[in-house]
Amino acid sequence: MKSLVCISHVPDTTTKIKYDAAGKGLDKTGVTFVINPYDEFGLVRAIEIKEKTGSGDVTVLCVGGPEVEPTLRKALAIGADNAARVDMDPTDSRSVAEQIAAYAKGKGFDLIFAGKESIDSNGSAVPGMVAELLDLPFISLATSLEFEGDKAKVSREIDGGYEKLESSLPLVLSCQKGMAEWRIPNMRGIMMARTKPLEVVAGHPMDAYVLTKKLELPSAKAGCIYVEPENAAQLVDMLHDKGLI
Amino acid sequence: MSTYTYNPPDYYNLDDLLTEEHKLIRDAVRDWVNRRVSPFIEEWAQNNHCPTHLIPEIGELGLFGPQLPREYGCPGLDQIAYGVIMQEIERADSGLRSMISVQGSLVMYPIYAYGSEEQKHKYLPKLAKGELMGCFGLTEPDFGSNPAGMISRFVDMGDYVVLNGAKTWISNSPFADIAVVWAKNEAGRIQGLIVERGMEGFTTPEIKNKWSLRASATGELVFDNVKVPKENILPNAIGLKGPLGCLDSARYGISWGAIGAAMDCYNTALQYAKERIQFDKPIASYQIQQKKLAEMVTEITKAQLLTYRLGQLKDQGKATTAQISMAKRNNVDMALKIGREARQILGGMGITGEYPIMRHMANLESVVTYEGTHDIHLLITGMDITGISAFR
Ligand SMILES: Cc1cc2nc3c(=O)[nH]c(=O)nc-3n(C[C@H](O)[C@H](O)[C@H](O)COP(=O)(O)OP(=O)(O)OC[C@H]3O[C@@H](n4cnc5c(N)ncnc54)[C@H](O)[C@@H]3O)c2cc1C
Repeated sequence: MKSLVCISHVPDTTTKIKYDAAGKGLDKTGVTFVINPYDEFGLVRAIEIKEKTGSGDVTVLCVGGPEVEPTLRKALAIGADNAARVDMDPTDSRSVAEQIAAYAKGKGFDLIFAGKESIDSNGSAVPGMVAELLDLPFISLATSLEFEGDKAKVSREIDGGYEKLESSLPLVLSCQKGMAEWRIPNMRGIMMARTKPLEVVAGHPMDAYVLTKKLELPSAKAGCIYVEPENAAQLVDMLHDKGLI
Repeated sequence: MSTYTYNPPDYYNLDDLLTEEHKLIRDAVRDWVNRRVSPFIEEWAQNNHCPTHLIPEIGELGLFGPQLPREYGCPGLDQIAYGVIMQEIERADSGLRSMISVQGSLVMYPIYAYGSEEQKHKYLPKLAKGELMGCFGLTEPDFGSNPAGMISRFVDMGDYVVLNGAKTWISNSPFADIAVVWAKNEAGRIQGLIVERGMEGFTTPEIKNKWSLRASATGELVFDNVKVPKENILPNAIGLKGPLGCLDSARYGISWGAIGAAMDCYNTALQYAKERIQFDKPIASYQIQQKKLAEMVTEITKAQLLTYRLGQLKDQGKATTAQISMAKRNNVDMALKIGREARQILGGMGITGEYPIMRHMANLESVVTYEGTHDIHLLITGMDITGISAFR
């Protein structure tokens, strides 16, 4: 199998989010970036398939500036064979999807993996758009992937259960938990990643479809007021004062 | 366990001096520790359990002998990467770090540095994977700081040698498959031998009831007329410089490791001090606690700079034994003091297993003693600067 894994470069889940002065982007000072966790499920599955069949290769792709390269290097350390960075500042889902589709077109990928969403802006839009732009079948929220002959057997999560699907290849998948276990890169993988190719591709010029006007943090939660169990009357007074009863 | 997140101090932006690869290594080890060690370590230590079940995955990650070359199945990392790994592991526990650094620096390193090509190919790839585990026998019941006086001896019997003697305080001995043992030949010169479990007359009784390094197994090595084939003698080390060379490598790792323990104690104490309210204010708002915390971060920063520079020297092959002694002594002492101060900041909570501090503190009592005591390292510096030995 020849696989392409789309990787988003996202802030670590423990990051305390702050926005820049203009309120249009993230304040990146002191922020650690990681491979989007849902993308990692697809990445590991792609590597497992390659290891199991003993053939094929895995390419990881990220649309972004030079700052995303350590994230791609990590994907190479985990076991991808090649990396590509489309040199463009990602603006909206449609632009990213077009860049990915332009890269993938004609390269003969059997499988294109992405995460079910990226944990930064949670758009969940890119993989479906990529499939549409490449005119390929798309399965979202995939939790497992196996093969039978030239068909892919995929499970996906639905409300209260799982749906079993079969698809022809090539296929675009958005992955979630269950698809594979996370892998921690080992030291040998990290050393080998140094010599694996990381190609920088010029993004094809385009205007953003959707512009971010403003980012705002949710308003701070009001503090809790504790009332001792024996002071029920105090609670009633407080609710009264606020006009809630 | 407390809801506490590890947020290590980097006051002088040392991260900027690390390469992308160093950071990738650091993050991989941190990730592994967070998932596979931190949630369980307190229980293992309380139950005096050495987590030997982790050995295959430690081998798979490439953390045994990571600084040794690839031709022997090792990753071939540089010295700063090795240090960063030790730091991340000791942040979790000095006992686990001891198991890993004994294997890498005291078992694999001497085989690599003093072994024959056959010995290297026979043992190193398996040791790197954790398929074989080793221990290092230098200390004897009557010869600790003064290993040159050792009694263990072997005599030449033609095809093999016969080894007699006893070693004590040996990390990993209760489960090790092989032991790199230092003993005197008939001429009274120290040589290294690879003794394998199962050789007749070789036993490894465990030392029980430790209050320190409880997640690491420690024991004795007893040799009662053990026949060791001659091909198990390390050919390229004669004299005390053999074992001392290994200690340089291990002590260097300890100087990084101790910072990990100190960072964990500091980080816990800082977080606790900001949350714990007494006299209506967080205890972090009182000058006495601020002095403690400010001094901790200052000492950690100094230690970080010391080890980083030492790593550069080591990578260039220029680090001296005396320089390594200074870093081991300074950093372990720094960590021990931070452990004690941090414990006090947590008040009564500081003595429980809810927080890692008391465990680190107790562990560091071993670390300050093994691989050359605090005093002995001072004497090494003293001898280095005056040219006069004060050991005798
Ligand atoms: C948990 C643990 C694990 C260990 N693992 C290993 C291992 O894997 N392999 C191994 O070979 N050893 C190991 N050791 C042994 C360790 O290296 C020795 O304990 C250490 O070298 C000190 O020796 P000692 O305990 O005999 O103390 P001593 O040498 O008896 O020292 C006692 C005290 O006297 C001081 N002292 C000694 N000589 C002088 C002097 N000339 N001037 C001033 N003060 C002096 C020392 O600083 C110390 O404070 C381990 C020890 C521990 C506790």
